Amino acid sequence: MIAEWSWFVALAFGVSFIKCLLINAYHSTDFEVHRNWLAVTHSLPVSQWYYESTSEWTLDYPPFFAWFEYGLSHFAKYFDKEMLVVQNLNYASPATVLFQRLSVIFTDLVFIYAVKECCKCCREDKGKDLLGKSSFILATLLLWNFGLLIVDHIHFQYNGFLFGVLLLSVARHFQKRHLEGALLFAVLLNLKHIYLYVAPAYGIFLLRCFCFTQNNADGSLQWRSFSPLRLVALGLIVLSTFAVSFGPFIVKGQLQQVISRLFPFKRGLCHAYWAPNIWALYNIADKALSILGVKLKLLDMSKFSKASMTGGLVQEFQHSVLPSVSPLITLICTLLSILDAPDSLFAYNIYLSIIFVKKMKTPFLKALFTLFPTTELPIKILLMLLFTIFSFSSLTKLFSKSGPLLNSVEVAYLLGLVPLELICEFVYPLTSWQHTLPFIPLLLTSVYCALGVLYSFIRLYLSVLAAPSTTGKAKSQ
Amino acid sequence: MENWSLVSVCVLLGLTTRWAVSFSSYSGAGKPPMFGDYEAQRHWQEVTYNLPVQEWYFNTTDNDLGYWGLDYPPLTAYHSLLCGHVAKLINPAWVELRTSRGFESAAHKLFMRTTVLFADILIYFPAVILYCIYLSDGSSKRKVATALCILLYPGLILIDYGHFQYNSVSLALTLWGIVGLGLGWNLLGALAFSLALNYKQMELYHSLPFFCFLLGKCIKQGLMGRGLLLLVKISLTVLVTFALCWWPFLSDPQLILQVLHRLFPVDRGLFEDKVANTWCSLNVLIKIKTLLSRDTQLLLSFALTLLSILPSSIKLLTKPTLWQFKLALVNSSLAFFLFSFQVHEKSILLPALPVCLMMNELPLMAVWFLLISTFSMLPLLLKDGLLLPYTVTSLAFLYLGVYLLSALDRSPEEELRLGSCHKRMQNYLSKHNLSLLVKCSFTVSLVAMAGLSFTSVVLEPPARLPDLFPVLVSVFSFLHFLAMLLYFNLVQLTEPSSKKSQKKTN
Repeated sequence: MIAEWSWFVALAFGVSFIKCLLINAYHSTDFEVHRNWLAVTHSLPVSQWYYESTSEWTLDYPPFFAWFEYGLSHFAKYFDKEMLVVQNLNYASPATVLFQRLSVIFTDLVFIYAVKECCKCCREDKGKDLLGKSSFILATLLLWNFGLLIVDHIHFQYNGFLFGVLLLSVARHFQKRHLEGALLFAVLLNLKHIYLYVAPAYGIFLLRCFCFTQNNADGSLQWRSFSPLRLVALGLIVLSTFAVSFGPFIVKGQLQQVISRLFPFKRGLCHAYWAPNIWALYNIADKALSILGVKLKLLDMSKFSKASMTGGLVQEFQHSVLPSVSPLITLICTLLSILDAPDSLFAYNIYLSIIFVKKMKTPFLKALFTLFPTTELPIKILLMLLFTIFSFSSLTKLFSKSGPLLNSVEVAYLLGLVPLELICEFVYPLTSWQHTLPFIPLLLTSVYCALGVLYSFIRLYLSVLAAPSTTGKAKSQ
Repeated sequence: MENWSLVSVCVLLGLTTRWAVSFSSYSGAGKPPMFGDYEAQRHWQEVTYNLPVQEWYFNTTDNDLGYWGLDYPPLTAYHSLLCGHVAKLINPAWVELRTSRGFESAAHKLFMRTTVLFADILIYFPAVILYCIYLSDGSSKRKVATALCILLYPGLILIDYGHFQYNSVSLALTLWGIVGLGLGWNLLGALAFSLALNYKQMELYHSLPFFCFLLGKCIKQGLMGRGLLLLVKISLTVLVTFALCWWPFLSDPQLILQVLHRLFPVDRGLFEDKVANTWCSLNVLIKIKTLLSRDTQLLLSFALTLLSILPSSIKLLTKPTLWQFKLALVNSSLAFFLFSFQVHEKSILLPALPVCLMMNELPLMAVWFLLISTFSMLPLLLKDGLLLPYTVTSLAFLYLGVYLLSALDRSPEEELRLGSCHKRMQNYLSKHNLSLLVKCSFTVSLVAMAGLSFTSVVLEPPARLPDLFPVLVSVFSFLHFLAMLLYFNLVQLTEPSSKKSQKKTN
């Protein structure tokens, strides 16, 4: 049994070693965000958690994550007590950095466990050598997902841990342990509410596969097999999880405050957490209109504060949401394509991963030539190349029967990323437009990537819609 | 997966590891007035860019040899000149004569690290890949695994990308030499090694095996016919290479003498600092540094070194195969390391290179040696603030060696290549017990390394013995190196001379 999984352990160790080497790499403001939350949850009573605002990075994740930070803070005090002082803004001693980085690496164990559970659900590939097995490819693409590596271990976030919970819940469904899966998802929603946008699909899936106990012979729904008992069980699990999470705050009458922190409706603008890349196109329209407005003297430049320009809001949204969302999409695609979904999904996984790295770079273009991000640029390129080469190579082997993975238009699009990159990073900064229109590279990149992602989404929907019976059969087995 | 993609993955992993290590600190960071090797390299760029060739190795008003004077052969100087030109294009302040001393900035660090990476990609990586594909045995997966392990050898990564040096250039050129000779491209091999010698004079540690191997090949081809022709061609190649490298200095014998004086500083004594060789370790018990006169020390060191490399070289001369060549390289460089004059701890990289090449045939011993070699540099790495990369890369290397190369599974008698020697040993030790003994020793050694590393970092040495931990580290490493020297000599010398009894050898 151990020998069977030795390759998995090797993959897990390998990626963990790389994560350890990245401990001293650049970290973004998210590092300070989490340090602040450690301090807030450790030093202040629960009633203050969602009111505290010494730092600009207020607690805006659901209660379970706050408790998670509280738990971490008990280990933090052995590394450096000073990081737990709320007033120590931007405190980043070597011990603090070490602790925070190690905490991400350790909580990634949840992700590693979840990947292992998913691999167990893969189809058996007897007789194939290790590198060709679908479980091996899945494990590598998930564990070594470079988007996740870059966001979690350079910029600093806890996405690995959260994805782990999500993946585990999905794995439990494949293992027919539906109630556990539902519980895990409910817990996830209370860790990071962004996953709400996956909730509708998830809910419908649960309804379809768990509440309706039987299918007709051709795989379609048997309406009469609806089980109210199961629905009630699901409801109970979800409600009780939310009760445990928000209970203390409801009792204290703080629910309003918590909700306002979780969903910051600034000036009445509603942030829809779905299809975030649509925002890129929105961005352009917004920017174009504002410039036009200024030129036509319809808008007054002096009235534009950072908060009033929707572009600024969207930027902030992109900063907080995008890093979490894009790797999620790639991970889901990877998962679906390995576990008996249409083959073409896999190709889009690579697509999205590459596009993701482009997206992640846009904050750097904003920062212009600060050297810190540039030092990390080779790592990002190397990891991306690593991931891409492995993906292409293993996918070609896995799906060689269904023809080439990407058609010529798609290949051309992907290749087009190279000149785009060169123009934005090297050529444009040397032109005179750099000072007058500094956002053009950002704009170009966003548009190009948004087009690619939209294209992928549309083709994804089409391919899923085109093959309903096969996927239905797979899920009902 | 196809081979090319596997190889690409290995190369990318190697590059990623290197660049991640480069985030760490470098030698002498923020430590005026002398700083460290990083500043030395930057200073050489300044000197070679601003001063004429004739002044590079001389003490002048513009060139203070006391402040990191050039002490490597001309090729290093030309490399520094090239880097200096690039530096000037990016930021002239980096190589401004005299005013750029001690210049430190994030941008400069990025530039310097990039020069190392560039040299690596250009010269070292292709050499390793070529070696593994063409001169390594086994399935293609095994070759790729070997390549990955060689590329992830911690010692070289930590010194080049942490401490800061360009060892990969000279080692890569030597490797090109080995590859050339292994594939029968003798002239290319000779050329590459001559270039290596002209890059770092420490490559002299490898010179005797190269000489014996080439001479042996010539003798085999018949000294009266083709062999003589080959000998002449090789000699000419070497001479021309040296002449080209030393061209600017050939006009004046004084210049050549001065350069040689800088390259071989006999005034600096038997050893400096703590190094895991015989003299430093002996010094713990008997203070030979003060007991014997400098001339006696020179003579003693010369005699012992010669004695220890003679058997290996003669064997190579009589049997010039690639396997013997690799063994001779190890034996020669290790002997020089242990017994020679003015050895630095970084010189352990010289035996480490040929040992890397043996990871396929002798995985356990190779991994063991390479881990000890990295461990022996621990005091230096701690001084440079490289504890984290040291820990991670050593652990990763150990894991890879055990998992990918099955180092622990392959230690029975045939794998240790002890041949006829073991037959005599079988009276005392059965095959099974020998393998058990070796594995146990390996484990104990690992635990001791981990323990010593931990105590060096965490504990304070007693006031009476401030150098306790560096001394313990060097003596521990020295004992291992001595044992390895005996082992590798045994393997080389007990290999049967006749072709009939050859099994897996090359």
